Amino acid sequence: MDFISILSVFVMACFVGYYVVWSVTPALHTPLMAVTNAISSVIVVGALVAGAAEGSVISKWLGLLAVVLASVNIFGGFAVTERMLAMYKKKEKK
Amino acid sequence: MILSLLAAAAPAAAPANAFPYPTAENSPIVPLLYLVAGVLFIMALRGLSSPATSRAGNRYGMIGMTIAMVTTLLTHGLASLPEIAGAIAIGGGLGFVTARRIKMTDMPQLVAAFHSLVGFAAVLVGLAAYLNPIAFGIAGLDGIIEPQSRIEMGLGIAIGAITFSGSVIAFLKLNGNMSGAPIMLPGRHAINLGTLVAILGLVGYFTQDQAPWVIAVITALSFIIGFLLIIPIGGADMPVVVSMLNSYSGWAAAAMGFTLHNTAMIITGALVGSSGAILSYIMCKAMNRSFISVIAGGFGAAPEAAAGGGAKVQRPWKRGSAEDAAFLMKEAENVIIIPGYGMAVAQAQHVLREMGDLLKKEGVNVKYAIHPVAGRMPGHMNVLLAEANVPYDEVFELEDINGEFAQADVAFIIGANDVVNPAAKTDKSSPIYGMPVFDVDKAKTVMFIKRSMGGVGYAGVDNDVFYMDQTMMLLADAKKMVEDINKALAH
Repeated sequence: MDFISILSVFVMACFVGYYVVWSVTPALHTPLMAVTNAISSVIVVGALVAGAAEGSVISKWLGLLAVVLASVNIFGGFAVTERMLAMYKKKEKK
Repeated sequence: MILSLLAAAAPAAAPANAFPYPTAENSPIVPLLYLVAGVLFIMALRGLSSPATSRAGNRYGMIGMTIAMVTTLLTHGLASLPEIAGAIAIGGGLGFVTARRIKMTDMPQLVAAFHSLVGFAAVLVGLAAYLNPIAFGIAGLDGIIEPQSRIEMGLGIAIGAITFSGSVIAFLKLNGNMSGAPIMLPGRHAINLGTLVAILGLVGYFTQDQAPWVIAVITALSFIIGFLLIIPIGGADMPVVVSMLNSYSGWAAAAMGFTLHNTAMIITGALVGSSGAILSYIMCKAMNRSFISVIAGGFGAAPEAAAGGGAKVQRPWKRGSAEDAAFLMKEAENVIIIPGYGMAVAQAQHVLREMGDLLKKEGVNVKYAIHPVAGRMPGHMNVLLAEANVPYDEVFELEDINGEFAQADVAFIIGANDVVNPAAKTDKSSPIYGMPVFDVDKAKTVMFIKRSMGGVGYAGVDNDVFYMDQTMMLLADAKKMVEDINKALAH
């Protein structure tokens, strides 16, 4: 992909993000932060590439360390979001 | 089916490439899968528009992440699978256990800690890409990194490092390991600005010279500036800081996405970046302060702000007991409860819900009113009330409930202060002037739980609500007071 295509994806995604985030109800702003935390750990993709690559031992270990950190975030972020969202209940109809 | 296609595509594509590892461009299905992951992440956030759809959204997020990780592993990682699986197991296990055990009142710290990890991971990925650019497909076999990739890499590392050290400070302040009071260095604006300019200058220079010292200095300076940026910001401005760092962690991921030409990372980075930016904006607006003034820091530290009103006059106020409060609320028709950070500190959310239940049994209409900046992160109070089993349709935002105070018999303030201060509406000299506040002065009776009359809110200003005729001060620890009210109500 050339730079302009990537930039286009980025700019469009910023607009999508703008509208999607404004539609999030304020009551769920804490879960929003937790889940954005989890998904921003998609940086693990880069960590996996580095961790798997031959050619530089240091690079490989840096990558593996980054995989550990990002995994804390991915598993922790999704799990804590799930835990919070499970607590939001409607009034019981009696 | 897709996975088998993928597995078939990846090795076949590899020999055709000049680089020893296949890049994302090798098979059309690979970028497509990253795109799918990106779309699933968008749907994850979309789900949060209502509590009813939110859990499905979270699942979409998990599926998206699984797709992104499996795709990467199949195209790049099969050779080192044991090490990688070990790394995922260690990190994942740690994260999962933490997420299960963490107390809901500690959520702001947890989020800050998670941000720091994203930031640090971004730095590590950036450094790894610098050390082994061929594996990332951003350099020819001679190891010369493309200039454009150098800018992306430099910025990614810088933003990641700022996110890391900034989040560490935010974590320490939120967790109480470090005083929440602003730490003001002399000439800090000049130092910060100079450091930022130096970082940008070095990123520019990096395109000319890919020497290790350049990237090392960029990394070091960025760690320092992250630290310097957050220490002057006071504890109650943390909602803005946490949101801002959320945003940074997104931009760091996006910068890495540019380096790796990975759409999942770019889409996610843009989403998270916008999310944090919007939350920062909402928080600033709810305090009627500019983003710049929050970032410049020092709010709540200036002693002259508190003394500004001239000599303090002792004004009369009324103290009430738990029994008085219980009696009045029993007789009331409408009670609006306003929780604040003090409720979280006292862990009073569960007893507060019991109080609500007891009142409802008496036929009282109970509602909860939440200010956007209540607590230490956006939505903090909502989570605590949800944890205590308060139905979310009894919880209202500022603009939805503010008109109802005129009909309210009791406004019950627990652990909040500045968000009910009428000076925000009337006193132009007040540091909180212009901040939207609850119109509690319109309620027939105001009950204000507070530890003592001495303390003031974060803004360091006196609150006229204390001295109103209809105000009853309930001076005690919030949890203790509500427990006593519950006892009185149960009789």
